[in-house]
Amino acid sequence: MSVASHSARSRVTLKARRLPGWAPAGVGAAAILIAALAVYLPGAGGPVLTSVVAALLFLVGLGALSTVVEGGRAARNRVATSLVYAAFVLALAPLLSVALTLVTKGSERLNGYFLGVSMKGVSAFDNKGGAYHAIIGTLEQAGIATLITVPLGVLGAVYIVEYGRGRLAALIRFFVDVMTGIPSIVAGLFILAFWVLVVSPMFNNGRPEYSGFAAALALSVLMLPTIVRSTEEMLRLVPGALREGAYALGIPKWKTITKIVLPTAAPGIVTGVMLAVARACGETAPVILVALGNPAINFNPFSGGQSSLSLYVYEQAGTASKYAPGRAWAAALTLVVLVLSLTVAAKLLARRNKLAR
Amino acid sequence: MAKRIEAVNVSAYYGAFRAIDNISMTIEPKSVTALIGPSGCGKSTFLRSINRMHEVLPGAKVEGQLLIDGQNIYDRDIDVTAVRRTIGMVFQRPNPFPTMSIYDNVVAGLRLNGVRKKSLLDAACEKALRGANLWNEVKDRLNRPGAGLSGGQQQRLCIARAIAVEPQVVLMDEPCSALDPISTLAIEDLIAELKNEYTIVIVTHNMQQAARVSDRTGFFSIDKTGEPGRLIEYDDTAKIFTNPSVKRTEDYITGRFG
Ligand SMILES: Nc1ncnc2c1ncn2[C@@H]1O[C@H](COP(=O)(O)OP(=O)(O)O)[C@@H](O)[C@H]1O
Ligand SMILES: [Mg+2]
Repeated sequence: MSVASHSARSRVTLKARRLPGWAPAGVGAAAILIAALAVYLPGAGGPVLTSVVAALLFLVGLGALSTVVEGGRAARNRVATSLVYAAFVLALAPLLSVALTLVTKGSERLNGYFLGVSMKGVSAFDNKGGAYHAIIGTLEQAGIATLITVPLGVLGAVYIVEYGRGRLAALIRFFVDVMTGIPSIVAGLFILAFWVLVVSPMFNNGRPEYSGFAAALALSVLMLPTIVRSTEEMLRLVPGALREGAYALGIPKWKTITKIVLPTAAPGIVTGVMLAVARACGETAPVILVALGNPAINFNPFSGGQSSLSLYVYEQAGTASKYAPGRAWAAALTLVVLVLSLTVAAKLLARRNKLAR
Repeated sequence: MAKRIEAVNVSAYYGAFRAIDNISMTIEPKSVTALIGPSGCGKSTFLRSINRMHEVLPGAKVEGQLLIDGQNIYDRDIDVTAVRRTIGMVFQRPNPFPTMSIYDNVVAGLRLNGVRKKSLLDAACEKALRGANLWNEVKDRLNRPGAGLSGGQQQRLCIARAIAVEPQVVLMDEPCSALDPISTLAIEDLIAELKNEYTIVIVTHNMQQAARVSDRTGFFSIDKTGEPGRLIEYDDTAKIFTNPSVKRTEDYITGRFG
C-alpha cells in the first residue's frame, strides 16, 4: 500500500460536536428550578424530594441533550459520570451528617470546664460535671493496649512473613483470622473470666480486681489481630529485591528486617496500628465488663474501676437527666477529636523518618 | 586481593526442578568473565549460587563445590554473610533502599555490619562513589533519597553500595538491561576500571557488550525447556567470538539460534 493512498483513505475526523462547558451546570440549574416548582407549588414535599426529583431530571435532561448534540457514546459517558458523582455524594452524605451533628451538638458543652472535671458527686439535677476521668481512662487503657499489642503484633507479622514456613505459620495465620472476627463482648468476657476472676485475685488478697488494666487487656485481644494482619500485608508489599539487595551486602537477616524492611513498611504499619487504636478507643462493652466505670478520677489503671470516653457516652446517653445528653455529645466529640489527633500525629511521626522528596 | 573462583560440578535446584546441571568452570582473579546464553538457561541461577544467594528462595538448593581460593563456600562451617561480603552482587533492576539517602545507601553494608565511625564511613562513601563514577554527579546531594536518581545513576549507586564493603568479587546480573545506551556505556567503562581490583562475573544478553568488556566468556544453553542448563563452551572471549569450537556457540552468537 502506497503512502499516498493510505493517507487519503484513512483521513480520520478527530473533531466532534461537544456541548459547551457550562451545559451541565445549566441543565442542573434548570432541573433544580423545575423540581422546586413541581414539588413546592402543590405542596408535595420539602428539600429532600426536591433534590431527588432534581437529580432524576438532571440525569434525563443531560442524557437527552447530549444524545441530540453529541451522540450516543458521549451521552452514555455523561450519564455514567453523573451516576458516579451521585454515588459519591450519597456515600458522603451520612458521613457529613454525622460529623455535622456531632460538631453542633457536641460543641455546646465542650469547654475547658468539661474537659477538666469528673462526674464525682454530680446528681441528675446538676448542670455540672465533665469527662476528665473518662479521658484519663481512655488514654491509659488504649495506651497500655497499644504498648502491649504493637510489639507483639509487629513481631508476629514479621514471624509470619519473614520466618514462618509450613504448618506453624499457617496455623498462626488461621488463628489470627479467627480472632479478627471476635466480638468485643467476647473479648471482655474472656478477660473477665481469665484475668479479673482468676489471675487478679492472686495480687489482691483473693478478691477480684476490676481495673483499667483489665480493660486494656481486653482491648489488646481486639487490637492484636488487626495489627498482625495489616502489618503482614505491609511487609508483603516490601519488594523481595530490597531484601536480596541487603543480603548481597552480607547484612544478616535480622538487621535486614529491622533496618530495611520495617522502615520501608513503617507508614503502612502506622496506619494499621492507628486503625486498631481508633477501634479500641470506641469499644464500650469490654470496659463495662472488666473496668466497671467510675464517676471519679482514677489515675491508677491497676486498681479500682475506671471509666472511658465511650463508656461515658453510653452512661450519659442512658441517664435520666436533662443535662446528660449534652454531656454525651460533648464526650463523643472529644473522643473523635482525640482519635483524629492521635492518627494525624502518628502519621506525621511516621513521615518524619522518611526522606524529604 | 581478588579471588579465583572454581565451580566443581555445581547443580542448582528450585524444589525438585534442576535448573543447572554439573557446571564446572574456573574464573581467574582480576578478570572479567561474561556469561551468555538464551533466557532460562540458568545464567542467573549459576551467578546466584556463587555467593549463596540462590538458597534465599524457599526450596532452592545447590549441589557440588564452589571454591573461593580453594575454600568451599558450601561447607558447613562457612558464614554466609561473610561469603556475601566477599562476593558482592549487582542486580538486573537497580534496587536502592527507598528509605535511605544516597549516603546511607552507599554505607549501608558497612554500617549494618557494625562500622560506626563517621570518618570511616565518609571516606568509604566517597571512595565507593568515585569508584562507581558517580561521585561528581551526587557529591552535592548525598543526603537526598537514592530513589530520586535516574535509572543509570541508581544502578551505579548499587554498584557503589556493592563495592563499599570492599568485596573481592563482584557479580553482575544483566546490570545494563534496564538502562539507556549512555548509562550502559558508563557502566561498561566502570567495569573496565573495576577489573583492576576485583574479579567480575557479568551476565549479559548483549553480545557486543560481552565482547567489549570481558576476557573470558562462558556460553550456557538448554536442550529444551524443562531441561537443566549446561555450560556449553568456556574460553577466551576473542576465541568464542571469532572461532568457537562448538557448533551451538557459533549458531548462538551469529544469531542462528539452535
Ligand atoms: N524462583 C524460581 N522458581 C522456580 N524456577 C525458577 C526460578 N527462577 C528461575 N527458575 C527457572 O530456572 C531456570 C533458569 O532460570 P534463570 O537462571 O533465571 O535463567 P537465565 O538467567 O539464564 O535467564 C528457568 O527454567 C527458570 O524458569
Ligand atoms: Mg537471568
